[in-house]
Amino acid sequence: MTFASIIIQLLNGLAAASSLFLVSAGLSLIFGVTRIVNFAHGSLYMLGLYGAYSLIEALGRTPLGFWSAVVVASLLVGVTGILIEVLVLRRIYRAPELFQLLATFAVVLVIKDIALFVWGAEDLVGPRAPGLSMAVEILGKRIPAYDLLLIAIGPVVLGVMWLLLTRTRWGALVRAATQDREMVGALGVDQAKLFTSVLFVGSVLAGLGGALQIPREPANLDLDLAVIADAFVITVVGGLGSIGGAFLAAVIIGVAKAFCIGIGTVTWFGFEVSFSKLTLVVEFLIMALVLVARPYGLLGKPQAVQRIAADPAPPLTAPSWTMALVWVALLVGVPLVADRYVTILLTDIVCFALFAVSLHFIMGPAGMVSFGHAAYFGLGAYAAGLLFKRAGLPMEAALLLAPLCAGAFAVVYGWFCVRLSGVYLAMLTLAFAQISWSIVFQWDSLTGGSNGVFGIWPSAWLADKTTYYYLALACCGTGIALLWRVLFSPFGFVLRAGRDSPLRAEAIGIDLRGFQWAAFVLVGALAGLAGAVYAFSKGSISPSTISIGQSTDGLIMVLLGGVETLTGPVVGTAIYTWLRDAVARHTEFWRAVMGGVILLIVLLFPQGLVGGLKVLFLRWREQRA
Amino acid sequence: MTLPPILAVTDLHAFYGRAHILHGVSLEARPGEVVALLGRNGAGKSTALKAIMGLVPPAKGEVSFGGQRIERLPPYRIARLGLGYVPEERRIFTDLTVMENLEVGRQGGRGAAPVWTEERLFALFPNLAGMRDRPGDRMSGGEQQMLTIARTLMGNPSCVLLDEPSEGLAPIIVEQMANSIRTLKGEGLSVLLCEQNLHFSQAVADRAYIIEKGQIRFGGTMAELASDASLREQYLSI
Repeated sequence: MTFASIIIQLLNGLAAASSLFLVSAGLSLIFGVTRIVNFAHGSLYMLGLYGAYSLIEALGRTPLGFWSAVVVASLLVGVTGILIEVLVLRRIYRAPELFQLLATFAVVLVIKDIALFVWGAEDLVGPRAPGLSMAVEILGKRIPAYDLLLIAIGPVVLGVMWLLLTRTRWGALVRAATQDREMVGALGVDQAKLFTSVLFVGSVLAGLGGALQIPREPANLDLDLAVIADAFVITVVGGLGSIGGAFLAAVIIGVAKAFCIGIGTVTWFGFEVSFSKLTLVVEFLIMALVLVARPYGLLGKPQAVQRIAADPAPPLTAPSWTMALVWVALLVGVPLVADRYVTILLTDIVCFALFAVSLHFIMGPAGMVSFGHAAYFGLGAYAAGLLFKRAGLPMEAALLLAPLCAGAFAVVYGWFCVRLSGVYLAMLTLAFAQISWSIVFQWDSLTGGSNGVFGIWPSAWLADKTTYYYLALACCGTGIALLWRVLFSPFGFVLRAGRDSPLRAEAIGIDLRGFQWAAFVLVGALAGLAGAVYAFSKGSISPSTISIGQSTDGLIMVLLGGVETLTGPVVGTAIYTWLRDAVARHTEFWRAVMGGVILLIVLLFPQGLVGGLKVLFLRWREQRA
Repeated sequence: MTLPPILAVTDLHAFYGRAHILHGVSLEARPGEVVALLGRNGAGKSTALKAIMGLVPPAKGEVSFGGQRIERLPPYRIARLGLGYVPEERRIFTDLTVMENLEVGRQGGRGAAPVWTEERLFALFPNLAGMRDRPGDRMSGGEQQMLTIARTLMGNPSCVLLDEPSEGLAPIIVEQMANSIRTLKGEGLSVLLCEQNLHFSQAVADRAYIIEKGQIRFGGTMAELASDASLREQYLSI
């Protein structure tokens, strides 16, 4: 690489870093004050891009039209942020954190469908920036003038944010609320107004980040989750709540990506290393490295403990044998009366139920929230498919070995993850899921890339859909029973103790990390089993089984049912899978419907469906007594 | 001559999760009066203050402040009516400077309550004057305790709830704190403070309540308490 091309890649990287920084700064700000991990932040970015596209069309492709469009689009996204705060978030600030997460998932679904309705499914390519479409020659290479402008915008916004936060009353309130929002309230500050203003500013930043990208990338419907993953990585690498850290991280990651593209394929010691294939992974590798060395990010501080009196999780109650037997009898009996379609849907539900129960095990009782649980589900599915198709193993052997493969990955990923806690842990799990996804997505020769692998069918004796359903029921039912049993073993007690007080658990001689690591491996293997069973039921595998979408589906299933009960995740899975299937058959806009239903449930039952019904039942019983 | 109480609490009940902490607490403070709420660790002193402030929502009972019912209001509304709250363990914003901490506490002036400015507060707590731009996490415990009181005063309250102001402070600072509280009383502020330190309370308070197991066991003047050794023995000695 010549000096000139190094400079060029550096400039490319810095230009890309600008938008990443804007989005991440907004996310960081919102998280700091509200403690809500706003999954809808990527959706706001997406709206910024779409909004800028339409406004430029309306206002004309002139410099004035372009820049007014960018500004107006950002402000409109800011207003959207206010709406989200007032209509949804404000009502659930007292709900458990995870439930707020569920609400923001629902907002993602709703916004995606609004965008689909308004702008359609096609990618929309925006115009070049009028007046800035020329290129500037630097060291003999041509750099778009617009990129140079973007490079300047990042530090300018950083400066403005710094002034806002350190030189205004609003900034002092924001920083104070980030540390102790209850105290800020007791001093007479209306938190609702403060939160609304923070949502506005954060959303404007996301919208601006998106709108500024219109000359560089087409508006499309997949941006929401793609961008939120990037923004998570950057906020976590920089340190949650640190705007300067977000800038630093955005620059490091933007530049690293640009260099990976620039370097291309090189041969080292006879091995071909494709750096361009690393682009999708590099940021997650950086994140994993940073978090292991600095668990609170580059410029972050340990999270202040919020003094909202959160009720401790209630003790778990074991499901009764009678109920379990009734359910098993029902599940065994259904295919005798129902048609083929129902049987196939039930097979899906059974697979997802084990997936959700394994996720619940790790995030509920073990207290380690995973945003990337699809990693193990997907790796299990791929292990089964590849062992069967590429290694030529019999289907039964592939099915048995797949969980071990997923578990082996969990051994590696878990070793890193148990070193962290809270949101940082959740982000690291997401990083590992994305690394897995990128490898699968790009290793065409082995995994079939984006097409996946076809022709993964069960052995002849299992070919019948009803027979396969019984196999799925047996495998996944056993997995679920095992996980539930483990929760009431000394191992389960240790995990729950560690969740409630890591310090006390360690003080009485428990090697908490070791147990948490073991838990990671256990749930990884069982999620892998769910994935393997799922793969053979579908006959094919695709990277979507490892995607963020799959991980968030799992979270929705668990949270919908309620994280405080054992049966909640199973009920949540059944309802979500059935509802998605039923709604998708009737409307293209199934996401908006699902999002609406989830929001309704969030607002009406802040303990999840099963938790909420349990409360209603207890109240009813108390009144009768 | 008795003025109507500025703060009146009647039959207050409060829960932490499922634990019933306050079992019908009643007390009052009159304008310009310093009232001490005494009791052992875990007796319910802090919870009583938090319940009055709305930080722990009262399950039952009445709280009226300046003639207005406040038991259903959110904390920020209560603060804006002129009831200040100084938490235990100080809870200053450690990332913010002294001046910024005061800024967060700033509210408009109201009615008869004394109006505070940064300069008046620095006169009351001279230690703070020399460290205006120092971040909160680089202050000593005593300085933090002064800052937390000053921060609350920035809201120009007419009555202040003080949670264990002498806790963890060096004797000389405790003495300064007592002086400051007497100055506040001189300004016409009412103070309801909870304490384990009987000696400190005797130095500042006009009246006292004793709370145990979430119930008020005694209410009277400081002099009455001082003359009743068995009362102190029963509820306050360790």
